Amino acid sequence: MLPTLNVTGNLLLVERISTTTGKLKPGDVVILQSPESPRKIVCKRLIGMEGDEVTYVVDPKNSDRCETIVVPKGHVWVEGDHIYASKDSRNFGAVPYGLLKGRAVWTLLPRKDFGSLARKPMQ
Amino acid sequence: MGTPSVLWSIAKRCFTVGIITLTVSDRFAGIVSVRGASMSPTFNPKTDTLLGSLNDYVLVEKFCLLKYKFSHGDVVVFRSPFNHKEKHVKRIVGLPGDRVGTHYDMVKIPDGHCWVEGDNSSSSVDSRSFGPVPLGLINGRATHVVWPPHRIGSIGRKVAENRAGQISNKDHTQNFDDRLA
Repeated sequence: MLPTLNVTGNLLLVERISTTTGKLKPGDVVILQSPESPRKIVCKRLIGMEGDEVTYVVDPKNSDRCETIVVPKGHVWVEGDHIYASKDSRNFGAVPYGLLKGRAVWTLLPRKDFGSLARKPMQ
Repeated sequence: MGTPSVLWSIAKRCFTVGIITLTVSDRFAGIVSVRGASMSPTFNPKTDTLLGSLNDYVLVEKFCLLKYKFSHGDVVVFRSPFNHKEKHVKRIVGLPGDRVGTHYDMVKIPDGHCWVEGDNSSSSVDSRSFGPVPLGLINGRATHVVWPPHRIGSIGRKVAENRAGQISNKDHTQNFDDRLA
């Protein structure tokens, strides 16, 4: 999730109300249970909600090939900000909404990054 | 003095009881009502009669969510992959690495997912329609039926015998090694 988050680790304030009420929007940084391992929690950015058409670069290290997909009902598309080194929906597919656990709103540590996590507006 | 303070103390007590019930049912175990005939005869065996269509209530435990270790035959409550507000109750028929046979082909269950089916195959929307379910969507494991009284008892771990295509990767490797030895 570079450059939004650090390599050495961040402490984030996460709120769980938006996930329960369903008020998440593309551009939010969310934490979710990994579909590959339910005990692992990962932090990614929400790119597309159900019904959205998402265009993504399949393998940015090796080629520029893009693919477009429509996010199925009840699912969301998440991607890391640093797509060169991120395992996200491009690898494990669209994620069911029920796996989303919270929205990261504020960076607490390190002190120099203290502040709100900006929502990147998505086109 | 008088009604307002009585009402206030009743309200405080209700609030306390409410919070404790919510915490216990969220973290330890709760009672859930089961609707529909997809798990007949395990739950709601007589839903075709108009009289006897009261729902079953089952005890759902949440300790299984600490390690996410499930076994074949466990009955679990999970959120639907297509609508996170709906919860379903089905039986786990396949775990990660298993191959499950459907009518058309064999599906290999990916890591972190499971294959669920209702006991009443003819009227059950389950993994045969929506594919393997991520284990993270599971909310708890149903262990006992607590209502109606004549069917109180624990829920067995039977899996139907006709799930013929269930070869887990572990067994496959072991057979190969035996042949080498």
